[in-house]
Amino acid sequence: MSSITTGHLAKVLTSNSEQLLNGWLNGMLSRMVRRDKAAESEMAQQASRFIALLAAAVGEGRSYDINTPAWGDVKALLSDISLTRVRQGFSPIETATFVFSLKEPLFALLRTELAGQPDLLVEETAQTGTLFDQLGLFTIAEYQKGREQVIMRQQQELLELSTPVVQLWKNVLALPLIGTLDSARTQVVMESLLQKIVETGASIAIIDITGVPTVDTLVAQHLLKTVAAARLMGADCIISGIRPQIAQTIVHLGVNLEDVLTKATLADAFVVALKRTGAIITHTESKQ
Amino acid sequence: MDRIPILRMGRLLLVTIQVDMHDRLAMTLQDDLTARIVKDRANGVLIDISALDIVDSFIGRMISNTAAMAKILDARTVVVGMQPAVAITLVELGLTLEGVRTALNVEQGIQLLQRSED
Repeated sequence: MSSITTGHLAKVLTSNSEQLLNGWLNGMLSRMVRRDKAAESEMAQQASRFIALLAAAVGEGRSYDINTPAWGDVKALLSDISLTRVRQGFSPIETATFVFSLKEPLFALLRTELAGQPDLLVEETAQTGTLFDQLGLFTIAEYQKGREQVIMRQQQELLELSTPVVQLWKNVLALPLIGTLDSARTQVVMESLLQKIVETGASIAIIDITGVPTVDTLVAQHLLKTVAAARLMGADCIISGIRPQIAQTIVHLGVNLEDVLTKATLADAFVVALKRTGAIITHTESKQ
Repeated sequence: MDRIPILRMGRLLLVTIQVDMHDRLAMTLQDDLTARIVKDRANGVLIDISALDIVDSFIGRMISNTAAMAKILDARTVVVGMQPAVAITLVELGLTLEGVRTALNVEQGIQLLQRSED
């Protein structure tokens, strides 16, 4: 869209900004589900800034295309508002309503301003409508971007949280896996396990899969890769915490776990690991 | 020409690879090592690759072959000190060095060989 602004819109915006603001806020607040004073005053502030910036952007001889540099300030404000609302938990509809609810009072004012010139009125209304559609879509796109950032950050945090490698005993490491294993996670798990093997000089690692909900061929393959990599570095692996259903699934899938030592519980695996490292386990009668 | 030194420790031979391996060097190493195993009547070989950041399929195969040759001459081979990144790369390449034993460092490698001797 490359139409040139006529200046009527800018005139309406600047001369009736007070009236427009009130009409807009009323429209917006009536559509809001939640209401609280702090949010309302913040909204009023954002609204008056938006009107001022909009008026500057649609001044006479400018373009209605929001991709031109003149719209930079308006877009910056909109993306700012979108991002804040993502964080405050607004829905995308509520966020887009901020822009769309300005249409109604604005059209009413345009109608009085251009009452004697129907041709101009139709023209101006159409252009303004398209302009607001663009701005609304931009707001939603920004909202989506904010959401994606949040999701990405959470994924990263999850990745870091969920792969602790703990030292159970001298030369014995344990890796309690929780949640579904995918390629990216396996990579992180493998790296942190191998790094820990180097740091501690451990000769046995127990991979506990009690917290892994399902084991399919891909997960099994990832596990076998981790075991193979640890073996290349000179550490043996024991897989523990295999639930009955998972044992059944593994056999039905035809996954070969025969080269790997497997145990039903972490306790069993720990006993094996201690014996391998040369420890002797005895239970003495406790004096009570 | 470059040569990779082979050190004797009792009846063990220690090979420390610290330079990039290429075809010629690998062949020379295999010649030297097999000759030394026979000459020194060695029963164990330690190949230390802790200084290598990159191991490609060629070096991986070279290590497997060397281990197989040593086995025919009745010496066991232990590869020691593999870096985590190298281990991951080899697994991704599908080279798990079957038939080669591994240890975390030279000390553990010597223990492993001595234990299997008893």
